[in-house]
Amino acid sequence: MNLKDIKSQFPIFKSNKNLIYFDTANSAQKPKQVIDTLEDFYKNHYANIGRAVYGLAARATANYESTREVIKEFVNGTEGEIVFTKNSTESLNLVAHCFGKFLKEGDEIILTEAEHHSNYVPWHFLRKKKVNIKFIPINEDGEVEVNKLTSLITTKTKIISVIHISNVTGLTTDIKKIISIAKAKKIPICIDGTQAVAHTHVDLKDLDCDFYAFSSHKIYGPTGVGILYMKNKWIEQFEPFIGGGGMIQNVDTKNITYASGVSKFEAGSLASAEVVALKQAVKFVKDIKVKNIISHEQSLASYALDKISKFNDIEFVGSPSTKASVFSFNIKGVHAHDASTVFDEDDIAVRAGHHCCQILHKKMKIGSSLRMSFGVYNNKQDIDAICESIKKCKKIFKLK
Amino acid sequence: MDLTELYQDLILDHGKKPRNFGKCHEFNHDAEGHNPLCGDNIHVYLSLNNDKKVKDISFEGSGCAISVASSSIMTEIVKGKSEKQARELLSAFFKMIKEGQEIKKIGLSEDEHIKFSSLAGVGRFPMRVKCATLSWHTLRAALDDEKKPINSEVID
Repeated sequence: MNLKDIKSQFPIFKSNKNLIYFDTANSAQKPKQVIDTLEDFYKNHYANIGRAVYGLAARATANYESTREVIKEFVNGTEGEIVFTKNSTESLNLVAHCFGKFLKEGDEIILTEAEHHSNYVPWHFLRKKKVNIKFIPINEDGEVEVNKLTSLITTKTKIISVIHISNVTGLTTDIKKIISIAKAKKIPICIDGTQAVAHTHVDLKDLDCDFYAFSSHKIYGPTGVGILYMKNKWIEQFEPFIGGGGMIQNVDTKNITYASGVSKFEAGSLASAEVVALKQAVKFVKDIKVKNIISHEQSLASYALDKISKFNDIEFVGSPSTKASVFSFNIKGVHAHDASTVFDEDDIAVRAGHHCCQILHKKMKIGSSLRMSFGVYNNKQDIDAICESIKKCKKIFKLK
Repeated sequence: MDLTELYQDLILDHGKKPRNFGKCHEFNHDAEGHNPLCGDNIHVYLSLNNDKKVKDISFEGSGCAISVASSSIMTEIVKGKSEKQARELLSAFFKMIKEGQEIKKIGLSEDEHIKFSSLAGVGRFPMRVKCATLSWHTLRAALDDEKKPINSEVID
Protein backbone atom coordinates (compact mmCIF):
# COMPACT_ATOMS: atom_id res chain seq x y z
CA MET A 1 0.00 0.00 0.00
CA ASN A 2 1.24 3.46 -0.88
CA LEU A 3 1.49 5.56 2.25
CA LYS A 4 1.59 8.71 0.13
CA ASP A 5 -2.09 8.36 -0.70
CA ILE A 6 -3.18 7.05 2.67
CA LYS A 7 -4.35 10.43 3.93
CA SER A 8 -7.22 10.29 1.42
CA GLN A 9 -8.62 7.29 3.32
CA PHE A 10 -9.23 9.48 6.37
CA PRO A 11 -12.43 11.56 6.02
CA ILE A 12 -11.32 13.95 8.80
CA PHE A 13 -8.78 15.44 6.41
CA LYS A 14 -11.50 16.08 3.82
CA SER A 15 -13.70 18.01 6.22
CA ASN A 16 -10.71 19.74 7.85
CA LYS A 17 -8.64 20.48 4.77
CA ASN A 18 -5.79 22.29 6.53
CA LEU A 19 -5.60 20.03 9.56
CA ILE A 20 -2.14 18.79 10.45
CA TYR A 21 -2.59 16.14 13.08
CA PHE A 22 0.32 15.35 15.38
CA ASP A 23 -1.72 13.82 18.19
CA THR A 24 -1.97 10.14 17.26
CA ALA A 25 -0.40 9.13 20.59
CA ASN A 26 -3.49 10.67 22.16
CA SER A 27 -5.92 9.09 19.70
CA ALA A 28 -5.56 8.10 16.07
CA GLN A 29 -7.87 9.41 13.35
CA LYS A 30 -10.16 6.84 11.76
CA PRO A 31 -9.97 5.48 8.23
CA LYS A 32 -13.15 5.44 6.14
CA GLN A 33 -13.64 1.67 6.36
CA VAL A 34 -13.79 1.85 10.18
CA ILE A 35 -16.38 4.64 10.09
CA ASP A 36 -18.34 2.87 7.35
CA THR A 37 -18.38 -0.37 9.31
CA LEU A 38 -19.80 1.38 12.37
CA GLU A 39 -22.55 2.86 10.23
CA ASP A 40 -23.18 -0.40 8.38
CA PHE A 41 -23.42 -2.39 11.62
CA TYR A 42 -25.98 -0.01 13.12
CA LYS A 43 -27.92 0.33 9.86
CA ASN A 44 -27.98 -3.26 8.71
CA HIS A 45 -26.79 -5.73 11.32
CA TYR A 46 -27.47 -4.37 14.79
CA ALA A 47 -28.75 -6.43 17.70
CA ASN A 48 -27.29 -6.81 21.16
CA ILE A 49 -24.71 -9.54 21.26
CA GLY A 50 -24.43 -12.68 23.36
CA ARG A 51 -28.04 -12.86 24.46
CA ALA A 52 -30.84 -13.55 22.04
CA VAL A 53 -31.15 -16.61 19.81
CA TYR A 54 -32.71 -14.96 16.75
CA GLY A 55 -30.61 -14.79 13.62
CA LEU A 56 -29.81 -11.08 13.70
CA ALA A 57 -28.41 -11.35 17.23
CA ALA A 58 -26.56 -14.56 16.46
CA ARG A 59 -24.88 -12.96 13.42
CA ALA A 60 -24.00 -9.83 15.42
CA THR A 61 -22.48 -12.04 18.13
CA ALA A 62 -20.43 -14.00 15.59
CA ASN A 63 -19.25 -10.72 14.06
CA TYR A 64 -18.22 -9.43 17.50
CA GLU A 65 -16.46 -12.67 18.42
CA SER A 66 -14.55 -12.79 15.15
CA THR A 67 -12.76 -9.57 16.16
CA ARG A 68 -11.22 -11.54 19.00
CA GLU A 69 -9.80 -13.92 16.42
CA VAL A 70 -8.47 -11.03 14.32
CA ILE A 71 -6.83 -9.42 17.36
CA LYS A 72 -5.39 -12.77 18.42
CA GLU A 73 -3.73 -13.21 15.04
CA PHE A 74 -2.55 -9.60 14.89
CA VAL A 75 -0.61 -9.75 18.16
CA ASN A 76 0.01 -13.51 18.01
CA GLY A 77 -2.01 -14.17 21.14
CA THR A 78 -3.66 -17.38 22.26
CA GLU A 79 -7.23 -18.56 21.85
CA GLY A 80 -9.46 -17.57 24.74
CA GLU A 81 -7.09 -15.04 26.28
CA ILE A 82 -8.33 -11.77 24.71
CA VAL A 83 -10.72 -9.75 26.91
CA PHE A 84 -12.56 -6.65 25.64
CA THR A 85 -12.71 -3.74 28.05
CA LYS A 86 -13.54 -0.05 27.70
CA ASN A 87 -9.96 1.16 27.11
CA SER A 88 -6.36 0.49 28.19
CA THR A 89 -7.07 2.28 31.45
CA GLU A 90 -9.87 -0.15 32.27
CA SER A 91 -7.68 -3.10 31.24
CA LEU A 92 -4.97 -1.99 33.67
CA ASN A 93 -7.55 -1.27 36.39
CA LEU A 94 -8.91 -4.78 35.91
CA VAL A 95 -5.46 -6.30 36.40
CA ALA A 96 -4.61 -4.11 39.42
CA HIS A 97 -8.01 -4.62 41.05
CA CYS A 98 -8.25 -8.38 40.50
CA PHE A 99 -4.59 -9.09 41.21
CA GLY A 100 -4.74 -6.75 44.20
CA LYS A 101 -7.17 -9.13 45.91
CA PHE A 102 -4.26 -11.57 46.33
CA LEU A 103 -2.04 -8.94 48.00
CA LYS A 104 -1.55 -8.22 51.66
CA GLU A 105 0.24 -5.64 53.81
CA GLY A 106 3.92 -5.33 52.97
CA ASP A 107 3.66 -6.85 49.50
CA GLU A 108 5.46 -4.98 46.75
CA ILE A 109 4.65 -3.91 43.22
CA ILE A 110 7.28 -2.65 40.77
CA LEU A 111 6.46 -0.04 38.12
CA THR A 112 8.70 2.43 36.24
CA GLU A 113 9.01 6.20 36.50
CA ALA A 114 7.87 6.43 32.89
CA GLU A 115 4.36 5.09 33.49
CA HIS A 116 1.29 6.80 32.15
CA HIS A 117 -1.07 7.55 35.05
CA SER A 118 -3.21 4.63 33.86
CA ASN A 119 -0.49 2.20 34.93
CA TYR A 120 0.15 3.92 38.24
CA VAL A 121 -3.14 5.18 39.70
CA PRO A 122 -4.84 1.72 39.68
CA TRP A 123 -1.85 0.28 41.60
CA HIS A 124 -1.83 3.30 43.94
CA PHE A 125 -5.32 2.26 45.09
CA LEU A 126 -3.67 -0.83 46.63
CA ARG A 127 -1.68 1.38 49.00
CA LYS A 128 -4.87 1.37 51.11
CA LYS A 129 -3.95 -2.26 51.83
CA LYS A 130 -0.46 -1.07 52.79
CA VAL A 131 1.02 -2.52 49.63
CA ASN A 132 4.27 -0.78 48.64
CA ILE A 133 5.05 0.52 45.17
CA LYS A 134 8.62 0.71 43.90
CA PHE A 135 9.75 2.38 40.69
CA ILE A 136 12.46 1.38 38.26
CA PRO A 137 14.13 4.77 37.73
CA ILE A 138 14.52 6.53 34.40
CA ASN A 139 17.87 8.13 33.56
CA GLU A 140 18.32 11.69 32.29
CA ASP A 141 17.73 10.52 28.73
CA GLY A 142 14.36 9.18 29.83
CA GLU A 143 15.34 5.52 29.48
CA VAL A 144 14.04 2.97 31.94
CA GLU A 145 17.09 1.66 33.81
CA VAL A 146 16.27 -2.01 33.49
CA ASN A 147 19.62 -3.00 35.07
CA LYS A 148 18.28 -1.61 38.36
CA LEU A 149 15.29 -3.96 38.39
CA THR A 150 17.02 -6.93 40.02
CA SER A 151 18.04 -4.87 43.05
CA LEU A 152 14.43 -3.75 43.55
CA ILE A 153 13.06 -7.28 43.62
CA THR A 154 12.55 -8.88 47.02
CA THR A 155 10.68 -11.93 48.22
CA LYS A 156 7.71 -9.60 48.69
CA THR A 157 7.59 -8.50 45.03
CA LYS A 158 4.28 -9.81 43.73
CA ILE A 159 3.94 -8.22 40.30
CA ILE A 160 5.86 -6.01 37.85
CA SER A 161 3.89 -3.72 35.55
CA VAL A 162 5.74 -1.61 32.97
CA ILE A 163 5.20 0.61 29.97
CA HIS A 164 6.28 -0.75 26.56
CA ILE A 165 6.74 2.57 24.74
CA SER A 166 6.63 5.91 26.56
CA ASN A 167 3.83 8.20 25.41
CA VAL A 168 6.08 11.22 26.15
CA THR A 169 9.61 10.37 25.05
CA GLY A 170 8.79 7.55 22.64
CA LEU A 171 11.52 5.47 24.23
CA THR A 172 11.02 1.73 24.12
CA THR A 173 11.49 -0.18 27.36
CA ASP A 174 13.55 -3.35 27.10
CA ILE A 175 10.52 -5.40 28.07
CA LYS A 176 12.07 -8.67 26.93
CA LYS A 177 14.77 -8.23 29.53
CA ILE A 178 12.25 -7.23 32.19
CA ILE A 179 10.08 -10.24 31.34
CA SER A 180 13.06 -12.60 31.54
CA ILE A 181 14.09 -11.21 34.94
CA ALA A 182 10.49 -11.49 36.18
CA LYS A 183 10.13 -15.04 34.89
CA ALA A 184 13.38 -16.15 36.48
CA LYS A 185 11.98 -14.94 39.80
CA LYS A 186 8.48 -16.29 39.02
CA ILE A 187 6.93 -12.82 39.31
CA PRO A 188 3.89 -12.07 37.11
CA ILE A 189 4.46 -9.34 34.54
CA CYS A 190 2.01 -6.86 33.04
CA ILE A 191 2.84 -4.68 30.02
CA ASP A 192 1.10 -1.42 29.09
CA GLY A 193 1.34 -1.64 25.30
CA THR A 194 -0.93 1.31 24.53
CA GLN A 195 1.68 3.20 22.50
CA ALA A 196 3.33 0.12 21.06
CA VAL A 197 0.68 -1.75 19.07
CA ALA A 198 0.52 -0.53 15.45
CA HIS A 199 3.81 1.34 15.95
CA THR A 200 6.07 -1.64 16.57
CA HIS A 201 5.91 -5.43 16.23
CA VAL A 202 4.08 -7.03 19.14
CA ASP A 203 4.24 -10.82 19.38
CA LEU A 204 2.60 -12.01 22.58
CA LYS A 205 3.79 -15.60 22.24
CA ASP A 206 7.32 -14.36 21.90
CA LEU A 207 6.96 -11.94 24.84
CA ASP A 208 5.14 -14.50 27.00
CA CYS A 209 4.03 -11.93 29.58
CA ASP A 210 1.06 -12.46 31.92
CA PHE A 211 -0.91 -9.38 30.84
CA TYR A 212 -0.70 -7.01 27.87
CA ALA A 213 -3.02 -4.00 27.59
CA PHE A 214 -3.77 -1.78 24.59
CA SER A 215 -6.66 0.12 23.07
CA SER A 216 -8.63 0.26 19.84
CA HIS A 217 -8.73 4.03 19.41
CA LYS A 218 -4.96 4.31 19.28
CA ILE A 219 -4.71 1.78 16.44
CA TYR A 220 -7.15 3.59 14.10
CA GLY A 221 -10.19 1.84 15.59
CA PRO A 222 -13.23 3.27 17.38
CA THR A 223 -13.19 4.64 20.93
CA GLY A 224 -14.71 2.66 23.78
CA VAL A 225 -12.80 -0.60 23.28
CA GLY A 226 -9.77 -1.75 25.20
CA ILE A 227 -8.00 -5.03 24.73
CA LEU A 228 -6.56 -7.01 27.57
CA TYR A 229 -4.55 -10.10 26.88
CA MET A 230 -4.30 -12.21 30.00
CA LYS A 231 -3.01 -15.70 30.50
CA ASN A 232 -5.58 -18.35 31.08
CA LYS A 233 -4.38 -19.08 34.60
CA TRP A 234 -5.32 -15.53 35.57
CA ILE A 235 -8.66 -15.78 33.78
CA GLU A 236 -9.35 -18.76 35.97
CA GLN A 237 -7.95 -17.35 39.21
CA PHE A 238 -9.28 -13.79 39.04
CA GLU A 239 -12.59 -12.88 40.58
CA PRO A 240 -14.80 -10.88 38.19
CA PHE A 241 -14.04 -7.15 37.92
CA ILE A 242 -17.55 -5.91 37.16
CA GLY A 243 -20.74 -7.81 37.85
CA GLY A 244 -23.91 -7.99 35.77
CA GLY A 245 -25.45 -9.74 32.83
CA GLY A 246 -23.36 -11.84 30.51
CA MET A 247 -20.73 -12.83 33.07
CA ILE A 248 -22.78 -15.35 35.04
CA GLN A 249 -23.45 -19.03 34.78
CA ASN A 250 -26.19 -19.47 37.34
CA VAL A 251 -27.97 -17.02 39.64
CA ASP A 252 -30.33 -17.71 42.51
CA THR A 253 -31.29 -15.74 45.60
CA LYS A 254 -28.41 -17.16 47.59
CA ASN A 255 -25.62 -18.02 45.21
CA ILE A 256 -24.09 -16.96 41.92
CA THR A 257 -21.67 -18.86 39.76
CA TYR A 258 -19.72 -17.00 37.14
CA ALA A 259 -19.20 -17.68 33.48
CA SER A 260 -15.91 -19.28 32.59
CA GLY A 261 -13.36 -17.85 30.18
CA VAL A 262 -13.19 -14.24 29.08
CA SER A 263 -16.97 -13.77 29.48
CA LYS A 264 -16.38 -13.53 33.22
CA PHE A 265 -14.81 -10.11 32.56
CA GLU A 266 -17.29 -8.78 30.00
CA ALA A 267 -20.36 -7.83 32.04
CA GLY A 268 -23.25 -5.85 30.62
CA SER A 269 -23.97 -4.70 27.07
CA LEU A 270 -20.72 -4.14 25.28
CA ALA A 271 -19.46 -1.75 22.65
CA SER A 272 -20.44 -4.23 19.97
CA ALA A 273 -20.41 -1.95 16.91
CA GLU A 274 -17.03 -0.59 17.98
CA VAL A 275 -15.58 -4.07 18.48
CA VAL A 276 -16.89 -5.08 15.05
CA ALA A 277 -15.36 -1.97 13.44
CA LEU A 278 -12.07 -2.56 15.26
CA LYS A 279 -11.62 -5.52 12.93
CA GLN A 280 -11.40 -3.09 10.02
CA ALA A 281 -8.78 -1.02 11.85
CA VAL A 282 -6.64 -4.11 12.37
CA LYS A 283 -7.12 -5.06 8.72
CA PHE A 284 -6.08 -1.52 7.74
CA VAL A 285 -2.87 -1.79 9.79
CA LYS A 286 -2.14 -5.30 8.55
CA ASP A 287 -2.63 -4.25 4.92
CA ILE A 288 -0.09 -1.48 5.33
CA LYS A 289 2.12 -3.83 7.36
CA VAL A 290 3.63 -2.83 10.69
CA LYS A 291 7.15 -2.89 9.22
CA ASN A 292 6.10 -0.20 6.71
CA ILE A 293 4.52 1.86 9.50
CA ILE A 294 7.75 1.60 11.50
CA SER A 295 9.91 2.78 8.61
CA HIS A 296 7.43 5.58 7.73
CA GLU A 297 7.27 6.87 11.31
CA GLN A 298 10.98 6.56 11.89
CA SER A 299 11.79 8.47 8.75
CA LEU A 300 9.33 11.21 9.79
CA ALA A 301 10.76 11.30 13.32
CA SER A 302 14.32 11.62 12.13
CA TYR A 303 13.32 14.34 9.62
CA ALA A 304 11.40 16.19 12.37
CA LEU A 305 14.14 15.85 14.98
CA ASP A 306 16.71 17.03 12.47
CA LYS A 307 14.69 20.11 11.48
CA ILE A 308 13.44 21.02 14.96
CA SER A 309 16.81 20.62 16.64
CA LYS A 310 18.24 23.20 14.20
CA PHE A 311 16.27 25.93 16.00
CA ASN A 312 17.92 27.65 18.96
CA ASP A 313 16.08 27.30 22.24
CA ILE A 314 14.75 23.78 21.71
CA GLU A 315 14.81 21.38 24.61
CA PHE A 316 13.82 17.74 24.03
CA VAL A 317 12.25 15.64 26.77
CA GLY A 318 14.65 12.73 26.98
CA SER A 319 17.08 11.53 24.39
CA PRO A 320 15.96 11.96 20.80
CA SER A 321 18.20 9.18 19.47
CA THR A 322 15.88 6.19 19.65
CA LYS A 323 12.56 7.87 19.10
CA ALA A 324 9.98 6.51 16.76
CA SER A 325 6.36 7.54 16.64
CA VAL A 326 6.38 10.11 19.43
CA PHE A 327 8.66 12.66 21.09
CA SER A 328 8.26 15.78 23.19
CA PHE A 329 10.04 19.11 23.38
CA ASN A 330 9.83 22.69 24.56
CA ILE A 331 10.74 26.00 23.03
CA LYS A 332 12.74 27.55 25.85
CA GLY A 333 11.01 30.69 27.10
CA VAL A 334 7.61 29.72 25.69
CA HIS A 335 5.21 27.68 27.79
CA ALA A 336 3.90 24.61 25.97
CA HIS A 337 0.32 25.89 26.11
CA ASP A 338 1.25 29.18 24.54
CA ALA A 339 3.14 27.42 21.75
CA SER A 340 0.21 25.08 21.22
CA THR A 341 -2.16 28.04 20.82
CA VAL A 342 0.16 29.50 18.18
CA PHE A 343 0.28 26.14 16.35
CA ASP A 344 -3.49 25.85 16.57
CA GLU A 345 -3.87 29.09 14.63
CA ASP A 346 -2.11 27.24 11.80
CA ASP A 347 -4.42 24.21 12.23
CA ILE A 348 -1.63 22.14 13.74
CA ALA A 349 -2.80 19.79 16.48
CA VAL A 350 -0.07 19.15 19.04
CA ARG A 351 -0.67 18.06 22.61
CA ALA A 352 0.64 20.36 25.35
CA GLY A 353 0.85 19.44 29.01
CA HIS A 354 2.25 16.63 31.10
CA HIS A 355 0.57 13.93 28.95
CA CYS A 356 -0.67 12.06 32.05
CA CYS A 357 2.96 11.44 33.05
CA GLN A 358 3.61 13.73 35.99
CA ILE A 359 6.25 11.47 37.54
CA LEU A 360 8.33 11.53 34.35
CA HIS A 361 7.97 15.30 33.96
CA LYS A 362 8.88 15.93 37.60
CA LYS A 363 11.89 13.62 37.33
CA MET A 364 13.05 15.51 34.24
CA LYS A 365 12.25 18.83 35.96
CA ILE A 366 9.82 19.95 33.29
CA GLY A 367 6.37 21.36 34.04
CA SER A 368 4.85 20.64 30.68
CA SER A 369 5.93 19.90 27.14
CA LEU A 370 4.80 19.85 23.52
CA ARG A 371 4.27 16.38 22.17
CA MET A 372 4.48 15.45 18.51
CA SER A 373 3.27 12.00 17.57
CA PHE A 374 2.93 10.46 14.15
CA GLY A 375 0.44 8.30 12.36
CA VAL A 376 0.32 6.79 8.90
CA TYR A 377 -1.26 9.99 7.53
CA ASN A 378 1.60 12.33 8.47
CA ASN A 379 4.15 13.46 5.91
CA LYS A 380 7.20 15.68 5.60
CA GLN A 381 5.09 18.69 4.57
CA ASP A 382 3.39 18.47 7.98
CA ILE A 383 6.78 18.77 9.62
CA ASP A 384 7.78 21.69 7.39
CA ALA A 385 4.54 23.37 8.46
CA ILE A 386 5.18 22.98 12.17
CA CYS A 387 8.68 24.37 11.68
CA GLU A 388 7.11 27.49 10.12
CA SER A 389 4.83 27.67 13.16
CA ILE A 390 7.79 27.35 15.53
CA LYS A 391 9.35 30.32 13.70
CA LYS A 392 6.14 32.28 14.13
CA CYS A 393 5.98 31.35 17.80
CA LYS A 394 9.53 32.51 18.38
CA LYS A 395 8.72 35.79 16.65
CA ILE A 396 5.61 36.41 18.78
CA PHE A 397 7.57 35.67 21.94
CA LYS A 398 10.49 37.78 20.71
CA LEU A 399 13.05 34.99 20.78
CA LYS A 400 16.06 35.00 18.48
CA MET B 1 -8.24 38.64 16.45
CA ASP B 2 -4.63 38.24 15.64
CA LEU B 3 -2.34 36.21 17.89
CA THR B 4 -0.12 39.22 18.40
CA GLU B 5 -3.11 40.90 19.99
CA LEU B 6 -3.47 37.98 22.43
CA TYR B 7 0.23 37.96 23.10
CA GLN B 8 0.61 41.73 23.18
CA ASP B 9 3.70 43.32 24.69
CA LEU B 10 2.02 44.08 27.98
CA ILE B 11 1.04 40.42 28.49
CA LEU B 12 4.42 39.10 27.35
CA ASP B 13 6.14 41.51 29.72
CA HIS B 14 4.04 40.46 32.72
CA GLY B 15 4.39 36.81 31.67
CA LYS B 16 8.17 37.04 31.64
CA LYS B 17 8.64 39.41 34.57
CA PRO B 18 5.70 38.91 36.89
CA ARG B 19 5.12 41.65 39.46
CA ASN B 20 4.37 40.91 43.12
CA PHE B 21 5.85 37.45 42.76
CA GLY B 22 6.65 35.55 45.95
CA LYS B 23 5.12 35.40 49.40
CA CYS B 24 4.24 38.88 50.72
CA HIS B 25 4.93 39.78 54.35
CA GLU B 26 2.22 39.46 56.93
CA PHE B 27 -0.45 38.00 54.69
CA ASN B 28 -3.63 37.09 56.52
CA HIS B 29 -5.51 35.42 53.67
CA ASP B 30 -4.26 32.94 51.12
CA ALA B 31 -5.51 30.27 48.76
CA GLU B 32 -4.22 27.77 46.24
CA GLY B 33 -5.40 27.18 42.71
CA HIS B 34 -4.65 24.37 40.28
CA ASN B 35 -5.30 23.67 36.68
CA PRO B 36 -4.58 19.92 36.66
CA LEU B 37 -4.82 19.31 32.93
CA CYS B 38 -2.36 22.11 32.18
CA GLY B 39 -0.24 21.60 35.27
CA ASP B 40 -0.61 25.26 36.30
CA ASN B 41 -0.34 25.96 40.03
CA ILE B 42 -0.81 29.23 41.87
CA HIS B 43 -0.82 30.44 45.45
CA VAL B 44 -2.28 33.88 46.17
CA TYR B 45 -1.31 35.74 49.36
CA LEU B 46 -3.31 38.67 50.61
CA SER B 47 -3.00 41.13 53.45
CA LEU B 48 -6.31 42.80 54.34
CA ASN B 49 -6.08 45.58 56.94
CA ASN B 50 -8.69 46.54 59.52
CA ASP B 51 -10.44 48.84 57.04
CA LYS B 52 -10.85 45.84 54.71
CA LYS B 53 -8.35 47.28 52.28
CA VAL B 54 -5.91 45.13 50.29
CA LYS B 55 -2.70 46.33 51.91
CA ASP B 56 -0.59 43.85 50.01
CA ILE B 57 -1.09 41.02 47.55
CA SER B 58 1.28 38.61 45.85
CA PHE B 59 1.40 35.25 44.16
CA GLU B 60 3.65 32.27 43.60
CA GLY B 61 3.36 29.54 41.03
CA SER B 62 4.01 28.49 37.49
CA GLY B 63 2.07 28.44 34.29
CA CYS B 64 1.80 29.73 30.75
CA ALA B 65 2.27 33.36 29.69
CA ILE B 66 -1.47 34.02 29.93
CA SER B 67 -1.79 32.59 33.41
CA VAL B 68 1.32 34.31 34.81
CA ALA B 69 0.45 37.65 33.17
CA SER B 70 -3.11 37.47 34.42
CA SER B 71 -1.90 36.80 37.97
CA SER B 72 0.67 39.59 37.81
CA ILE B 73 -1.79 42.13 36.41
CA MET B 74 -4.39 41.09 38.96
CA THR B 75 -2.05 41.75 41.89
CA GLU B 76 -1.08 45.17 40.51
CA ILE B 77 -4.68 46.22 40.04
CA VAL B 78 -6.11 44.85 43.28
CA LYS B 79 -3.37 46.22 45.53
CA GLY B 80 -4.70 49.21 47.50
CA LYS B 81 -8.35 48.55 46.60
CA SER B 82 -11.06 47.82 49.16
CA GLU B 83 -12.32 44.27 49.51
CA LYS B 84 -15.61 45.40 47.97
CA GLN B 85 -13.81 46.85 44.93
CA ALA B 86 -11.72 43.72 44.62
CA ARG B 87 -14.88 41.62 44.47
CA GLU B 88 -16.38 43.98 41.86
CA LEU B 89 -13.23 43.62 39.80
CA LEU B 90 -13.51 39.85 40.05
CA SER B 91 -16.99 39.75 38.66
CA ALA B 92 -16.09 42.34 35.98
CA PHE B 93 -13.12 40.20 34.95
CA PHE B 94 -15.23 37.06 34.55
CA LYS B 95 -17.85 39.00 32.57
CA MET B 96 -15.15 40.42 30.32
CA ILE B 97 -13.48 37.06 29.64
CA LYS B 98 -16.48 34.77 29.51
CA GLU B 99 -19.22 37.00 28.14
CA GLY B 100 -17.09 39.44 26.19
CA GLN B 101 -18.64 42.36 28.08
CA GLU B 102 -17.00 45.71 27.62
CA ILE B 103 -15.60 46.85 30.89
CA LYS B 104 -16.29 50.25 32.35
CA LYS B 105 -13.57 51.80 34.38
CA ILE B 106 -15.06 50.68 37.73
CA GLY B 107 -12.76 52.93 39.72
CA LEU B 108 -9.60 52.01 37.82
CA SER B 109 -7.01 54.51 36.71
CA GLU B 110 -6.30 54.82 32.99
CA ASP B 111 -3.18 52.63 33.36
CA GLU B 112 -5.00 49.99 35.41
CA HIS B 113 -7.83 49.92 32.91
CA ILE B 114 -5.42 49.27 30.03
CA LYS B 115 -3.82 46.40 31.94
CA PHE B 116 -7.16 44.93 32.95
CA SER B 117 -8.54 45.13 29.39
CA SER B 118 -5.39 43.66 27.86
CA LEU B 119 -6.64 40.24 28.94
CA ALA B 120 -10.01 40.61 27.20
CA GLY B 121 -8.74 38.85 24.05
CA VAL B 122 -8.32 35.54 25.90
CA GLY B 123 -12.09 35.14 25.66
CA ARG B 124 -11.66 34.36 21.96
CA PHE B 125 -9.55 31.31 22.81
CA PRO B 126 -11.97 29.10 24.78
CA MET B 127 -9.28 26.55 25.64
CA ARG B 128 -7.23 29.29 27.29
CA VAL B 129 -9.95 30.95 29.38
CA LYS B 130 -9.10 28.82 32.40
CA CYS B 131 -5.47 29.98 32.17
CA ALA B 132 -6.55 33.59 32.61
CA THR B 133 -9.18 32.99 35.26
CA LEU B 134 -7.19 30.70 37.59
CA SER B 135 -5.60 33.51 39.61
CA TRP B 136 -8.87 35.45 39.87
CA HIS B 137 -10.73 32.39 41.14
CA THR B 138 -7.90 31.89 43.62
CA LEU B 139 -8.16 35.52 44.77
CA ARG B 140 -11.86 34.95 45.43
CA ALA B 141 -11.02 31.83 47.43
CA ALA B 142 -8.43 33.80 49.45
CA LEU B 143 -10.97 36.53 50.22
CA ASP B 144 -13.47 33.88 51.31
CA ASP B 145 -10.84 31.98 53.32
CA GLU B 146 -11.58 28.88 51.35
CA LYS B 147 -9.29 26.08 52.42
CA LYS B 148 -9.93 23.69 49.55
CA PRO B 149 -7.72 24.47 46.55
CA ILE B 150 -9.45 25.90 43.51
CA ASN B 151 -9.61 23.71 40.42
CA SER B 152 -10.20 25.86 37.38
CA GLU B 153 -10.94 22.80 35.20
CA VAL B 154 -14.08 22.28 37.23
CA ILE B 155 -15.13 25.91 37.51
CA ASP B 156 -14.66 27.08 33.91
